[in-house]
Amino acid sequence: MAGHAAKHDYHLVDPSPWPFVGSVGAFLLAIGAVGNMAGLVGPDHPIAFMYGEGSWGGLALGFLIVIWTMIGWWGDMIKESKRGDHTAVVDIGMRYGMILFIASEVMFFVAWFWAFFEYAIFHDVRIDPALATWPPAGVETFDPWHLPLMNTLILLLSGTTVTWAHHALQHDDRKGAIIGLIFTVVLGLAFTSLQVIEYSHAEFAFSMADGGNLYGSTFFMATGFHGAHVVIGTIFLAVCLFRLLAGQMSAKKHFGLEAAAWYWHFVDVVWLFLFAFVYVVYQG
Amino acid sequence: MSADAATHDDHTPSLWDWRRWVLSTNHKDIGTMYLVFAIFAGIIGGGLSGLIRWELMEPGLQVFTGEDTGWGAIFGNAHNYNVVTTMHALIMIFFMVMPAMIGGFGNWFVPLMIGAPDMAFPRMNNISFWLLPASFALALMSMFVPGAGADLGFGGGWVLYPPLSTSGHNGPAMDLLILSLHIAGVSSILGAINFITTIFNMRAPGMTIHKMPLFVWSVLVTVFLLLLSLPVLAGALTMLLTDRNFGTAFFAPEGGGDPVMYQHLFWFFGHPEVYILILPGFGIVSHVVSTFSRKPIFGYLGMAYAMVAIGFIGFIVWAHHMYTVGMPVDLKAYFVAATMVIAVPTGIKIFSWIATMWGGSIEFRTPMMWAIGFIFLFTVGGVTGVVLANAGVDQSLHDTYYVVAHFHYVLSLGAVFAIFAGWYYWFEKIFGVKYNSFLARAQFFFFFIGANVIFFPQHFLGLNGMPRRYVDYPDAFEFWNAVSSWGYVIMLVGMVLFFAVLIDAMIRRRKADANPWGEGATTLEWTLSSPPPFHQFSELPKIK
Repeated sequence: MAGHAAKHDYHLVDPSPWPFVGSVGAFLLAIGAVGNMAGLVGPDHPIAFMYGEGSWGGLALGFLIVIWTMIGWWGDMIKESKRGDHTAVVDIGMRYGMILFIASEVMFFVAWFWAFFEYAIFHDVRIDPALATWPPAGVETFDPWHLPLMNTLILLLSGTTVTWAHHALQHDDRKGAIIGLIFTVVLGLAFTSLQVIEYSHAEFAFSMADGGNLYGSTFFMATGFHGAHVVIGTIFLAVCLFRLLAGQMSAKKHFGLEAAAWYWHFVDVVWLFLFAFVYVVYQG
Repeated sequence: MSADAATHDDHTPSLWDWRRWVLSTNHKDIGTMYLVFAIFAGIIGGGLSGLIRWELMEPGLQVFTGEDTGWGAIFGNAHNYNVVTTMHALIMIFFMVMPAMIGGFGNWFVPLMIGAPDMAFPRMNNISFWLLPASFALALMSMFVPGAGADLGFGGGWVLYPPLSTSGHNGPAMDLLILSLHIAGVSSILGAINFITTIFNMRAPGMTIHKMPLFVWSVLVTVFLLLLSLPVLAGALTMLLTDRNFGTAFFAPEGGGDPVMYQHLFWFFGHPEVYILILPGFGIVSHVVSTFSRKPIFGYLGMAYAMVAIGFIGFIVWAHHMYTVGMPVDLKAYFVAATMVIAVPTGIKIFSWIATMWGGSIEFRTPMMWAIGFIFLFTVGGVTGVVLANAGVDQSLHDTYYVVAHFHYVLSLGAVFAIFAGWYYWFEKIFGVKYNSFLARAQFFFFFIGANVIFFPQHFLGLNGMPRRYVDYPDAFEFWNAVSSWGYVIMLVGMVLFFAVLIDAMIRRRKADANPWGEGATTLEWTLSSPPPFHQFSELPKIK
């Protein structure tokens, strides 16, 4: 409950530098990325190391400021939670917020699946005969019942271990919760590692510069964005693990862990769709 | 918590304290920043449209002659004309109308109308705002860096179709524009999450969903559209980015890709986007019409669910923007039918506004004039929309000035008139001072006449086959183009009057009443002082 005179339970947040700092970071990250990809200044310019083509300086600067914002912002939230700002109604608000964020993420993946399905289903209208088949000529797709199946089982198992951790915490079994979360984080890392191994064995290229075509584009971008979400989810769960170890979560109050678990299940479901359609149904 | 209590004091911080704005977690201050930002962006976007009308005033090249004036993208060659039309559209959509309606009025009045002390996530609210200047800066930068070869800026239209947006513009301008829209999208998605959570979780006791003011309903539908459509645009923009820089083949036929695929993804976002631009205007107009007719809005529930229906159908009509890409006739038939269905809920709204006025004791105060102007002009734009919905007719009207006239009637004359209705309806509430209603009405008449003189002749030009996005035209189109350009001058006078109203109000500082509109103004914001306290509703209002 914030505000001295307020007779309600909403959280009126203190003024904060993070939105502004984060926006500056986003701007610098964007021009750093453009500099790296397309070059905002020539190679002999004094700030070519920041914004010249292929430079990493501008990107790194923006990235650091964004990370700094995340640490500062979410650190402030932990402090506010500790001092009791997160009342029951604020807690419900954060639940809405997380569900809606995941809804927007689902729509992001809709774009990638949309691209994949259009190419997989309507391949016969391509003019180049090599591209008019699915998969395109010369593309050797992965055997779904090898590494992809293993990864499916890993993610499904991690879905159960995160539920184990959640239920243990609800019953005030801190040890169980910690072990469950450790398993989940390790399984997340295992998934990412296997995905890296799988990528290194791909018999098709990502870039047209390496002889690739739309199969590599849709495959790597869809599974790649999923992989990025697995990494983010793993970090999210690892933060919850550290917060659990630091005694910041109780049987009653642990929304951070629940949000991480929701996010993890979302990542899991996206993978099931990827596995079913990209790996199995349209393996060719 | 006493240490932090000072920052929550009801005492309003000084206007000149930079921390009040930069570090803000106050929905009203953030709303004000959005409004100021929208005015600033509107000046730039409106200035660009002035260049368009200047160029098209006569056949031949006036402004974009290709002579080096040292002004880069502003006065360059025909490519720069296309840059100017592109940036005019993007600025007006993403940096003027959306920030004004959702960011400005939404932030100000959604919490006030539902009886909440602030937004659900006040700090996230501020990053939604501050990401916009970052995004705007990237968009403006793009005009001054290489786009296509040595030509500066991106000139492929606001829809960013490949191959113009991929191999057609190889310079960094397009990359800046892509990331600009990514950041604007993040801003809007965070804002959408904030509004939905606020509306679902923070309504005052007794404020059931079926008692919410229609403006709150309109914002609720709008932000759902944002939440669900913007991520798809983000996906499409990312595909453009990787096609450009990392060799993917999404829209590259030589790798099996398909540029039409981009159009599908874009318009799956783009069609909901045009409703995002107009729906909050529906909400504003409902309040204004009801207030100045001294009657509750006619058919409240029908009005609310008409907006829900418009939002839903808005997701399943996107390919009517793409009738000429060569889609099958059956598919066109579906999109024609689905598109025409939208006329039903829209008709419910128009007729309900008229029914609200019917038998009411109507007062032609400044906001009411803008609202009635809105209803008339939006109806004109809606009718030409039904014309364009026909795939057969659109075959010849696609990408002509008829389309330009249509969407300016619903946006430049619809959405913008609704913004001004809201501006003059809530001006005293926001700034706490009265405005000169004579000047404000004069602005209305200059706008109403000017906008019609600009855009009505464009129907004729379009029907006669004048294509859009082109720097020159045959002599036959000279007359109506000249008329259209003179209309811009009339509207410009209105714009000057707008600033005159603002300056006059700020100099004279006549203290505003809590409720200047009398018994017709029934929503909660009128129960508060003008301007409202820094933190309102410390004790939540109870709704009967």
